Amino acid sequence: MSHWLYGFPHIDSDTLFLIKHRIDDGFRAFTGAYGDGISAFFLPLDRFLIGVDFVLTKTPWPIVILAFAGLIWLATHAWRIVLSTVVIFVLIGLFGMWNDTMLTVAMVVVATTLSVVVGIPIGIAMSRSDVLQRVANPVLDVMQTMPSFVYLIPVVMLLGIGRVPGLIAVVIYAIPPVIRLTNLGIRLVDRDILEAADAFGSSGWQRLLNVQLPLALPTIMAGINQTIMMALAMVVIAAMIGVEGLGQPVLQAIANQYFTLGVFNGLAIVGIAIVLDRASQAYGRRLQKHIDVQHA
Amino acid sequence: MPEDGTVIGVSIRGLYKVFGPNAAANIERARGGIGKAELLDRHGHVLALRNISIEIPGGGIQVIMGLSGSGKSTLVRHINRLIDPTAGEVIAGGRDVTAMSPRELRAFRQTKTAMVFQKFALLPHRTVLENAAYGLKVKGVKRAMRHAAAAEWIERVDLKGFESRYPHQLSGGMQQRVGLARALANDAPILLMDEAFSALDPLIRVDMQTMLLKLQKDFRKTIVFITHDLDEALRLGDQIAVLRDGEVIQQGTGQDIILRPADDYIARFVRDVNRGRVIKVEAVMQPLREPVAADEARITMGTSLEDTARFLSQSGKTVALVADAAGRPVGRVDAGQIMFAMVAHDRPSF
Ligand SMILES: Nc1ncnc2c1ncn2[C@@H]1O[C@H](COP(=O)(O)OP(=O)(O)OP(=O)(O)O)[C@@H](O)[C@H]1O
Ligand SMILES: [Mg+2]
Repeated sequence: MSHWLYGFPHIDSDTLFLIKHRIDDGFRAFTGAYGDGISAFFLPLDRFLIGVDFVLTKTPWPIVILAFAGLIWLATHAWRIVLSTVVIFVLIGLFGMWNDTMLTVAMVVVATTLSVVVGIPIGIAMSRSDVLQRVANPVLDVMQTMPSFVYLIPVVMLLGIGRVPGLIAVVIYAIPPVIRLTNLGIRLVDRDILEAADAFGSSGWQRLLNVQLPLALPTIMAGINQTIMMALAMVVIAAMIGVEGLGQPVLQAIANQYFTLGVFNGLAIVGIAIVLDRASQAYGRRLQKHIDVQHA
Repeated sequence: MPEDGTVIGVSIRGLYKVFGPNAAANIERARGGIGKAELLDRHGHVLALRNISIEIPGGGIQVIMGLSGSGKSTLVRHINRLIDPTAGEVIAGGRDVTAMSPRELRAFRQTKTAMVFQKFALLPHRTVLENAAYGLKVKGVKRAMRHAAAAEWIERVDLKGFESRYPHQLSGGMQQRVGLARALANDAPILLMDEAFSALDPLIRVDMQTMLLKLQKDFRKTIVFITHDLDEALRLGDQIAVLRDGEVIQQGTGQDIILRPADDYIARFVRDVNRGRVIKVEAVMQPLREPVAADEARITMGTSLEDTARFLSQSGKTVALVADAAGRPVGRVDAGQIMFAMVAHDRPSF
């Protein structure tokens, strides 16, 4: 009689088995019926990704490094960051990881772009509706705490193994910060300034474009920075479902106990992370220049 | 002149504002005469405005005065309907603002009103020029045109040379002049100013008042000016309405309020004011009883008691003849009357 205190009395195994099976079967049936359609729907993403891959891997490396240096200079106006970028890229090239790095960078760029394009409108919608905010917050919590591997399963069931499923898994994992901080940034906009915009007869759009988004931009940039970092982390995990790049050699290193291979590729990822983090933060600070002082 | 050449008056009629979840039900209690404190204690609603009726003539400066929390900001925000009334109406230029559709309201705010805020409320990420042009941008005025108009107003408020600065690079007084330029560039007949000068230090404040009076001479807008400062009210106001706990307790010219305070509250308010500067000589003069002599000292109506006293002491006389604008004698005033009027009479005598 007392044994039920020591082992939690769970639903009996047959029933549990049945439940899991039913759900999986249902999902499989759904995939079977609609999988092709869904794949077709994501085709443009595939094209986009292939395009960016192509540009980064087929352009002569000096031009790529120059282009990155130029972009980062435009965004940050900070020589130190530009210089470290060049050094990091040269080191990566010297150690023979140029191609994989470009594939990873391409993935991060595309995933971040997609997260921003989808996430900002969702964040804006959340900022306008308290109901939506109450509904969306727990969903975002789940998305951020769910172990990232779990995302791979339904994505693979739906779309199989490859670039696009990997991209989608990365976006799902990386999108919450943009959404959250867009919502937060807009909600924190000074009410007095909004009132002034209203007093001059601004429409909802004029309010959004002239006041809310520009004043929320530093906060949104902080969200984008986090999204980039999370995308980079997930790109490695997504290697398990066939995403090419620096993640593949890491997996290989784990399987074969190639310590040095693992460390080199790991360091390359760290290098990219530093470049992207510093560049996006410095850019965010530059945006903030005229806004922050006002609040102080 | 406002762009359509018109001057618009505003009349506020029977305005009530109750803040709280069930405002409509509590308005009946307010109409029934329940006090602000009681409504808050017993029913959890704030009675911000009670039965306000004010006629604001076009082209003049109407001051709304009162202590903190008396409802000034709430009242002025009803004129451009940043706040919706619980009951009552606001008529501007013959149209009921409270009944406008959202689209009409936007058009009304764009073309008929402009507002200056206590905390300036400038866009921190836009330059001085862009801030001044904001109202015109919202209206859809082309970039070149709105920047030209904004530049003109920036010059008028003495900020030439600062066009490409950002608000945080300016002092408070300069920021408020940007706020003023933004409102004036909108070229609207109604100008709403909610404690526009309260955040400024006293000297700059007087400068800004002078600037406003000077601009008003040329442009004759209908200005609703909120302040809790009596000197400012008396200096600027053609008419003054005094609010307390959401009610108008007295309306009239500055002189009316000083000479005939409606109750103790106002009497205490006006006690320390420089009466000689506000009260005009015609308010204390006596009708002409004796014939006019050729060598009498003469002053014109509209002269303050202070200036009259100075004039008398300089000319070594004790009586002056008061003449109207056309130079016709209308009365006499003597030093004793002036002295009597210049001190308040509700204080203990020595
Ligand atoms: N949104 C609101 N919700 C609830 N109560 C409000 C709200 N806005 C104002 N009140 C109340 O209405 C009353 C009048 O406020 P209002 O801001 O109009 O005063 P004020 O005369 O402008 O004061 P101040 O000089 O401090 O600016 C106050 O009792 C205030 O607490
Ligand atoms: Mg106020």
